[in-house]
Amino acid sequence: MRDVAVVGFEQSPCVRREQNRNEVEVLVPVLRALREQTGVAGADCDFICSGSSDYLAGQSFAFVSGLDAVGAWPPVSESHVEMDGAWALYEAWVKIQMGQAETALVYGFGKPSMGDLPMTMALQLDPYCVMPLWPDAISMAGLQARHCLDAGVLTEREMAAAAARDRRHAMQNSNAQLRWDRSVDEILAEPYLANPLRKSDCAPISDGASAILLAAGDRAREICERPAWIRGIEHICEPIDLGVRDLGRSRSTQIAAEKAGVGSGKIDVAELSAPFTHQEILVERALGLSLDSSSQTVVNPSGGALAGNPLMAVGLSRIGECASRIFSGEADRGVAHATSGPCLQQNLICVLEGE
Amino acid sequence: MAELTAVVGIGQTKYEAKRLDLSMPGLVRDAAEKALVDADCSWADIDAVILGKAPDLFEGVMMPELFLNEALGGAYKPMLRVHTAGSVGGSTAIVAASMVQSGVHDRVLCVAFEKQSESNAIWALTISAPFSLATVAGAGGYFAPLVRGYIRRSGAPEDTGIRVAVKDRENALRNPLAHLRLEDISFDLVANSPMLWDPIRYLETCPSSDGACALVLENESLASKRSNKLAWIHATEMRSEPTMFSGRDQVMPQATLDNAKNLYKKAGITKPREEIDCAEIYVPFSWFEPMWMEGMLITEPNQGWKMTYEGATALDGDFPVNMSGGVLSSNPIGASGLIRFAEAARQVRGIAGEHQVDGARKALGHAYGGGSQYFSTWIVDSAKP
Amino acid sequence: MSDRQMDGDKPSEHDEDVTLLRVPVSLDYDYSAGVSASRFLRGIEQGKLLGQRCPVDGRVYFPSRGSCPQHAVTFGDETVDLSDKGTIVTFSIVRVPSANIPLELPYIAVNVVLDGADTILMHVLDANPEDVHMGMRVQAVWKPREEWTTSTANILYFRAIDEPDADYDQYKEHI
Ligand SMILES: [Zn+2]
Repeated sequence: MRDVAVVGFEQSPCVRREQNRNEVEVLVPVLRALREQTGVAGADCDFICSGSSDYLAGQSFAFVSGLDAVGAWPPVSESHVEMDGAWALYEAWVKIQMGQAETALVYGFGKPSMGDLPMTMALQLDPYCVMPLWPDAISMAGLQARHCLDAGVLTEREMAAAAARDRRHAMQNSNAQLRWDRSVDEILAEPYLANPLRKSDCAPISDGASAILLAAGDRAREICERPAWIRGIEHICEPIDLGVRDLGRSRSTQIAAEKAGVGSGKIDVAELSAPFTHQEILVERALGLSLDSSSQTVVNPSGGALAGNPLMAVGLSRIGECASRIFSGEADRGVAHATSGPCLQQNLICVLEGE
Repeated sequence: MAELTAVVGIGQTKYEAKRLDLSMPGLVRDAAEKALVDADCSWADIDAVILGKAPDLFEGVMMPELFLNEALGGAYKPMLRVHTAGSVGGSTAIVAASMVQSGVHDRVLCVAFEKQSESNAIWALTISAPFSLATVAGAGGYFAPLVRGYIRRSGAPEDTGIRVAVKDRENALRNPLAHLRLEDISFDLVANSPMLWDPIRYLETCPSSDGACALVLENESLASKRSNKLAWIHATEMRSEPTMFSGRDQVMPQATLDNAKNLYKKAGITKPREEIDCAEIYVPFSWFEPMWMEGMLITEPNQGWKMTYEGATALDGDFPVNMSGGVLSSNPIGASGLIRFAEAARQVRGIAGEHQVDGARKALGHAYGGGSQYFSTWIVDSAKP
Repeated sequence: MSDRQMDGDKPSEHDEDVTLLRVPVSLDYDYSAGVSASRFLRGIEQGKLLGQRCPVDGRVYFPSRGSCPQHAVTFGDETVDLSDKGTIVTFSIVRVPSANIPLELPYIAVNVVLDGADTILMHVLDANPEDVHMGMRVQAVWKPREEWTTSTANILYFRAIDEPDADYDQYKEHI
């Protein structure tokens, strides 16, 4: 395998609603900032890959306009996944592995605020038997949380602690959307939104975009003083039916983490994309982070998805947030997580390391 | 590229207007199972599943790969969903191939589908942004003005499109999987069919189809153990450019020319018309055959129509195009590109049945999409590079 | 979200296959035009056609989406007033109905380059289908002023004007 690193990361602030800017207008400054940070223009990269969703935009081919932000001229070698940008990064990483690229631009963008997000997400479900009932995304997550509580997998207090920690961390992150400091007891006093989930257990709805520059070998060292080398990147998908999965753990995260080699060294920082507190706990456990109480891992220093959740960019941003801490020398080794589908159906794990 | 990769299994559904007998999972599974049978392997032998399809709005399912996970044997495996507009079927094959070429996986399943009967494609394609007057009716509405531009520029005779349609529809009669099989096809039948988007007539247009196509791709060490004829991937290429900018040549976009140039360079091809034995090209409206003959550098600018006129692109011509009947005969949009890539592979494997080109060794698979802005192509060959 | 019912086609016998299930999906979207398109739409509300100039090559984009897709640069605040006359670059006579297009068939879809602009506008032409041709000079026909809104539909259609056809070389790069 070739040595490939994240050498640049930029994002737009996570906001509840980009009232005035369309997707391209959100993306253009992000890509410009990335170019300034790295000295490499996106259009000059050997490969470009993006992640977005037509259903968030409410239009077919919504991703096509994303190319306008790149300045794809002369024509570029480019692809798109209808997935979070983290999977676009995976595709780009593969392209570099096969020797067809030395640099790659990856971006993800979404404006979920335009629609009714929890209901839109119902369209992910089996269209014949489940979707006609319109189970919204929060109710689906609530079913999983209830299972976890009743099976004794976790407690509401642990969920509230995750909610508090992430938003407290986010106070240091100007790009985060939910930034506050509340006690676990205050959170537990909140009314239920979708029992057993409280509002604080849920990620916000955020608009936003993010972009990453990947580079191989010496090219990475030229661009970035301390590249965040990708030591492992794996993704696994489970069946969608809640009835055939163990909802009390994230098996796909665990398999991906093992294959990516998460456990083969200490983890300084973990950036998780779980949109609900109970899911964040399940992911932490699947990564083996919370098993060791002496662990020095800082989980979600940015606040994670619970503090800013621009769908289609949020997973890519986790990789970027993790990489940023390696760029700065704050961390030597980190793990980033991205998810898709109801109740942690599909998960991607990326292990990053500085030299 | 690092690992040599071969197409070792190909599966296709029968293409029809409405496959009421199959659900979406049933449709993709039918193609996938056929590909596995062809490859003589089982679900357990597959390392990863790559799925492609056109806009989610076509079936009303957001990211349908999620609910199709089990139908595609993807449980607890990596799954990736590609979407690059009309070129997506081709891009999906290229992304799947890269999974093997990079050494990341040994054997992958690549599937593309569309079940157009479960929604209204013209509605989903007619982008009606607020604050504007919608005037572009579906893909035909977008491409008809470009076809007119091509006719003006090349001086092509007005009946070129009719001739392409007749040729492709005759080829479809040799392909039992084709959706449109018109036994009484003739020049007059096409010429007298209604003008839909002038200058494009009804029978010069692709249908809306349900269908799926699947490939099994394998690395060299696995594929070399096989004794049957395989399709080795010699080169893949993807190129994109923005939909619109001032002075953009929409008839003959730079992206197609760059794509062709890079593809041939990677495949070591210097005289494409002579070295390539046959091609499956994405031709949703008949006029795009001459246009892409030029766009793929098979012939000189403004000369593409002559290939049609001289019969060069016929099944017995010197450069057969769309032996299967092409997109004009079967069009499950998201799968249409992959079907082109699959047909190219079938030709070099010598398993194309009634529409086999004798002795085909090297073939071109091609797809395009968006506003003629996304291009994906591959060259497959019966011999290793 | 307005419509959320389910209307399964009931099989007459319980052992018959269900081949079709009708599940109407209706989602409402609250769309933002964006900074640049808003400026353009505010202009058209006043009957003005405002283009924007690419700072790299000076070409005038109309309609503008706020940045140049070729050079990936954001346009400034400067706008360029454009004439409502232009040239038909290419066209199609459409005889296919589409649910989201409110026009009577056949209608003539045209790509027009307005005088002073360097990109095409897609609109419709009111003319006898036999008369439409490339290079034809046309002008916008506007709705009555009191009906103007923030939409390109303020222009009802284009109509031929009594000017000689534009030379092919003048507009061929816009095809
Ligand atoms: Zn420009």
